[in-house]
Amino acid sequence: MAGERPVAFVAERQIPPSPPPVRTGGALGWARDNLFSGIFNSVATLLSLAFVAYILAMVVPWLFLDSVWNASSLQGCREVDDGACLAVINERFMQFVFGFYPDDLRWRPVVAFVLLFVAIWPALFSSAPRKLLIFSALYPLLAYWLIWGGSLWGPVGVVVGPAIGWACVRFLPSLAGGRLDEGIASLAAVGTGILATALWWLFGVTAFEDALSAVLVIGLEPVESARLGGFLLSSIIGVSGIAGSLPIGIVLALGRQSNLILIKAVCVGFIEFIRGVPLITLLFVAWLLLSYFLPPGTEFDLILRVVIMVTAFASAYMAEVIRGGLAGLPRGQYEAADSLGLDYWKSMRLIILPQALKISIPGIVNTFIGLFKDTTLVIIIGLLDPVGLLQPIRADQNWNGIVWELYGFIALFFFIFCFAMSRYSMYLERNLDVGHR
Amino acid sequence: MKLTTTLVAAAAAAAFSVGAHGATLDDVKAKGFIQCGVSTGLAGFAFTDSDGNWDGFDVTFCRATAAAVFGDPNAIKFTPTTGKTRFTALASGEVDVLYRNTTWTLSRDVDLKFSFLGVNYYDGQGFMIRKDMGVTSATELDGATVCIQTGTTTELNLADYFRANNMNYEPVPIETNAEAQQKYLSNACDVYTTDASGLAATRATFENPGDHVILPEIISKEPLGPLVRHGDNAWGDIVRWVLNGLIIAEEKGITAANVDSMASADTKDPEVKRLLGVEGNYGEMLGLSADWAVHAIKAGGNYGEIFEKHIGENTAIGLARGLNQLWTKGGILYAPPFR
Repeated sequence: MAGERPVAFVAERQIPPSPPPVRTGGALGWARDNLFSGIFNSVATLLSLAFVAYILAMVVPWLFLDSVWNASSLQGCREVDDGACLAVINERFMQFVFGFYPDDLRWRPVVAFVLLFVAIWPALFSSAPRKLLIFSALYPLLAYWLIWGGSLWGPVGVVVGPAIGWACVRFLPSLAGGRLDEGIASLAAVGTGILATALWWLFGVTAFEDALSAVLVIGLEPVESARLGGFLLSSIIGVSGIAGSLPIGIVLALGRQSNLILIKAVCVGFIEFIRGVPLITLLFVAWLLLSYFLPPGTEFDLILRVVIMVTAFASAYMAEVIRGGLAGLPRGQYEAADSLGLDYWKSMRLIILPQALKISIPGIVNTFIGLFKDTTLVIIIGLLDPVGLLQPIRADQNWNGIVWELYGFIALFFFIFCFAMSRYSMYLERNLDVGHR
Repeated sequence: MKLTTTLVAAAAAAAFSVGAHGATLDDVKAKGFIQCGVSTGLAGFAFTDSDGNWDGFDVTFCRATAAAVFGDPNAIKFTPTTGKTRFTALASGEVDVLYRNTTWTLSRDVDLKFSFLGVNYYDGQGFMIRKDMGVTSATELDGATVCIQTGTTTELNLADYFRANNMNYEPVPIETNAEAQQKYLSNACDVYTTDASGLAATRATFENPGDHVILPEIISKEPLGPLVRHGDNAWGDIVRWVLNGLIIAEEKGITAANVDSMASADTKDPEVKRLLGVEGNYGEMLGLSADWAVHAIKAGGNYGEIFEKHIGENTAIGLARGLNQLWTKGGILYAPPFR
């Protein structure tokens, strides 16, 4: 008999979930899981907390509670309170930012700095209007003009050079009118274009500048390099080095992989030579040897020399970073590009480099950060970057003896810049991370 | 852009240019200012004020030179040089004159091919010690730990001095003056030794300078002065006689305040008349205007005034005149006669 046994209990609806025990959820649970999950971890946590508290107990009163913002000397600070003497930063802040740049002209580097963000916007974020790239290309000359001043026609003259070159490339082949083989004609046109640009830069620009200045004078009051210093100087060297080293590094990396023996030899020679020499040595060369070789009275700006050397140095490292990216691509990518019938430049531009650069991002940003921090080495040759400014400031009787406040301030500045670069590179990696799962 | 054309000119002229800097005086006059090499920062001697202007003991002498040549103490540009770049900066022509606490030694004078033009500060290596140690003379320092900058002449002087006096010491090597301050204040060493002017400047920064003494012994000669390149005699003469002129001005009581009235003809002293260009053609001999010394003295005062303003006993640095007192008052400052 299939007598149905009565069921003692049937759940007719789901029991509502109860909240987790207090000890496993919320802040307490998090702390339990992450900070006090064992004896060893608990001890380590307590020790770390004690250490942090110890540091804060020293730093917070020193930096915030007892610090002195208004005094005219270290002695003045000590009379007021025994904390950090931040009055020195208060007084010398503008000097740290601009060096000895004339007071009434300081808007010019500020404008250049603001425009810098406009210029790098299209390079950093793909959402920016593409036409801005033209502005980015012209920005270095604009910034040069704003910071150093002088006649506007000089920078304009420099722009005319590539324009002439481009005109040669564009129109010379059609002038040849089929009398030459097409490939040879275009090669000849490129050669002529480069030559014409170079000749213009060497001989045409000064005449152009003089001629136009005679007609119409547009210019800013010139500011000599000796007046540049502080973070302005670091930024000039750092930004130019960064902006210059990436394209040059790419070209060098491609050149190193080239099948043309001459190009390969030049690139390998350049990279290995520059990497084999310390940056300080290159800076010394920029400062000393060049002044031995140039005739007396030649004004080849020291900062320009330093920028060139720093860019060359960073380019060599950049080339190796990018070569690593190129080597990291599967061989199939190169073959796929070839099988599509793309020529060398197109295959590089459309297929190889986008992937190679993407996987090199951490290395590239690493080089950028290293380069930016290396700008402080210019104190060796007597340029007054922020670290260099410490000495004349500390030599002032009023501030002699101040150490921590000034170094801390400079460290904070460099940290902000380098941290920003690092965060941006992470953003870029996340954004470009479309495949290869 | 001038740069590009100058580069080409540079390439063409490079072969001829090395060492051919010729007459600096003509160059200086042509460009209208003096390029002066100074320290990148040394308390009292060269520093920047809050407006970014260079000032200090060495800097003022440079300005006086500019005033003598151009009548304007601001007709000058400064190139901050480090210990490593100073000589090459001068030799390569980056600077016209070096006023950078440079010790006059034979090898620098002869081997590096510079001309030292006098001494604007007689320095020497000294010792600083905590007062409560009760030491009053360097000869009582047997067995002391000494903070010493490595790779300097002071290190060699120290070894010589202790060996000559049959004493032992334990060196605590340091790199910079700032590091020395920290080490010394944290009792890592009993004694700190460097140039006496540096000791005084360092002590001035302590919270309680009175707790430290600088011992009376000076164990080395460090005559600091200006220098130019070899073969620059006309230019060197000017730098030398501006320095001498400022020393003579102190001797004769000519100050920045009274130089104008002294220059008017009622002064009796013939040497003052010669110096200030009232009599004779001494300015012309130097290739300068007759009243060059008036401008030079107005730039920052006579030697004594410059000393008192930047490093003297009333400043935070608080150096006594000592050897740098006039020869008539017990020092060794002695300018050749102005005639």
